[in-house]
Amino acid sequence: MAKKVALLQGNEACAYGALYAGCSFFGGYPITPSTEVAEVMSVELPKVGGTFIQMEDEIGAMASILGAALTGAKAFTATSGPGMSLKQELIGYACIAEIPCVIVNVMRGGPSTGMPTGPSQSDVMQARWGTHGDHPAIAIAPSSCQEIFSETVRAFNLAETYRMPVQILLDEINGHMRERIELPEPGDLEVVNRQQPTVAPEDYKPYDHAQGDIPPLASFGSEYRYHVTGLNKAADGFPTSKPELVDAEERRQLRKIEANRSLIEKNEEYRLEDAEVILVAYGTISRSARSAVDHLRKDGIKAGLFRPITLWPFPEKRMTDLAEQARAIVVPEMNLGQLILEIERVTRRVCPVAGIGRVDGEPITPAQIVAKVKEIL
Amino acid sequence: MAFDYEQYLRPGKLPHIWCPGCGHGIVMKGLLRAIDRCGLQKNNTAIVSGTGCASRLPGYVDFNTLHTAHGRAVAFATGIKMARPEMDVLVVGGDGDGIAIGGNHFIHACRRNIDMTYVLMNNYIYGMTGGQFSPCTPTGDRTSTTPYGNPDPIFDVAKLAIGAGATFVARTTAFHATQIDKLITAGLRHKGMAVIEVLDDCPTTFGRRNKFRSVVEMMKRLKDIAVPVQTAGQMSPEQLQGKILTGILHQEHKPEYCDQYQQVIARAQTAAKS
Ligand SMILES: Cc1ncc(C[n+]2csc(CCOP(=O)(O)OP(=O)(O)O)c2C)c(N)n1
Ligand code: SF4
Ligand SMILES: [Mg+2]
Repeated sequence: MAKKVALLQGNEACAYGALYAGCSFFGGYPITPSTEVAEVMSVELPKVGGTFIQMEDEIGAMASILGAALTGAKAFTATSGPGMSLKQELIGYACIAEIPCVIVNVMRGGPSTGMPTGPSQSDVMQARWGTHGDHPAIAIAPSSCQEIFSETVRAFNLAETYRMPVQILLDEINGHMRERIELPEPGDLEVVNRQQPTVAPEDYKPYDHAQGDIPPLASFGSEYRYHVTGLNKAADGFPTSKPELVDAEERRQLRKIEANRSLIEKNEEYRLEDAEVILVAYGTISRSARSAVDHLRKDGIKAGLFRPITLWPFPEKRMTDLAEQARAIVVPEMNLGQLILEIERVTRRVCPVAGIGRVDGEPITPAQIVAKVKEIL
Repeated sequence: MAFDYEQYLRPGKLPHIWCPGCGHGIVMKGLLRAIDRCGLQKNNTAIVSGTGCASRLPGYVDFNTLHTAHGRAVAFATGIKMARPEMDVLVVGGDGDGIAIGGNHFIHACRRNIDMTYVLMNNYIYGMTGGQFSPCTPTGDRTSTTPYGNPDPIFDVAKLAIGAGATFVARTTAFHATQIDKLITAGLRHKGMAVIEVLDDCPTTFGRRNKFRSVVEMMKRLKDIAVPVQTAGQMSPEQLQGKILTGILHQEHKPEYCDQYQQVIARAQTAAKS
């Protein structure tokens, strides 16, 4: 049977992806260029008995989704630049208390109010280090509208699997562009539901590492009753400052990612087999980079594209292996050099790494990339 | 018969962090008596707080408890209540937590008239951080950051809640221990946003800087300034100078937020069918 198709904006695809994943709670606050996500959720959630709430600010929105998530809901919020900055403290709360949730950040120019309607990719490092303290991070940067849909579903799966916040990074361009997408039928894409505890209620501990690195999270209102805090805590969820317990818990939280990189990391490769020049690009700009690869190939330059889909964790093993065979790596991004720092770090600069940065609110064009490659070769 | 507090306390979590003479413990006792009186079920009850000495309360009591970031308790609680309207949701916390950093969430929860009960322990100081002034510290008083006397005017928490739209607003003090549980009981039974402000004391960081020689003296002040709202009508403005009104200050019935949202769901589903 032919799939249902729709012409959807990236932001809309993101919202429909969330619904496909089983999202039942959205708490938001309007901000350009993310608002369409909230608008779709306000239309669709009540139809399925879910909740849409517009809170008084982004901090409240973040708090509301964490409260909802603790009752078992798959919870979601959408924002951009200034709103993302406001959410940071509670993203840390979600990390330490290990509460699943999904946040889409439709990136716009900054800092501060910046360029509300201009595209940007300048929150890459914020997505990794935005909240204070050591903490795990998962951030996904899809490119096409189809991929925004499917990666949003995966973002919910990862959040529920690893009990943590997951960020989706779009930008003003792929958030607003419209593309024809095939709408997956139920069952086409994997949907992961939260693991439930099986122990007797009196034995339940919300951070019981005896259950593995990712202990099951019970729902408020169920037969399990427990305590949640933003303080460093022991397995039973109550605060502790015992050095060995604090250390073990912090390390376990990072291990959730480190031990499962191969299950979380995702990237796409285009014409890399014999590539001497590797373009590394993500999100919207990967589309320019892909067409730059074709141009360069026509001109006899062996170029290829490495497109990380998870920016965090960064697919570092694959990147490092590829760097061994390359003459140069070129990293176009709509910021003044963020993901390039990670690429330099993981490849230890075995070959020259050059960046193309753009922050004037215009996308990086294929011609710009071609010119840069020719310049450095 | 003496009330059995232990049935609601988590085993092994005492002693609490509160200083001797701190008013927060008295409020906790009143809260537990009210919960008992209303027959709330442990599994179906969530108690949410922000950060501060007062906000440590949830850790001691045996319910679904959530100790969140400074100021954000009501917003977390809103998420819980909206996602699971059948749960009984309570918020507890201090004056700094609820009225300074959390003020925006506080007024909007009042405006929505969401069905929860907020017990605000107003010791008019930031106790946990060592006694800096809060929006409830009386003008002129000394705190660690108002060494020359506080230049700020105060927020009247009850008036703020009424103005913002809360449909049940009450006030008492830690001295009036039996009134605490009566007012919280009434708040729990009220459908809509119920705010119960309990004036209490921080002898450790406020008392000593403001020449209170003992906890008893601070308690005596709470006793002296409280005027039951029923008797205030017979008093002159001069007599009411420096006093605070206690009791149920405001109660009205307005549509509750979760109910309103159920209607949104009904309208959306009807529209989807047609
Ligand atoms: C975002 C943030 N800012 C500041 C603090 C520091 N802090 C912790 S508790 C507190 C004040 C608590 O005062 P109150 O809510 O009145 O509670 P009390 O300790 O008096 O019971 C402050 C300022 C914090 N934890 N988080
Ligand atoms: S510092 Fe003040 S508010 Fe905190 S526990 Fe001690 S007396 Fe209570
Ligand atoms: Mg206080």
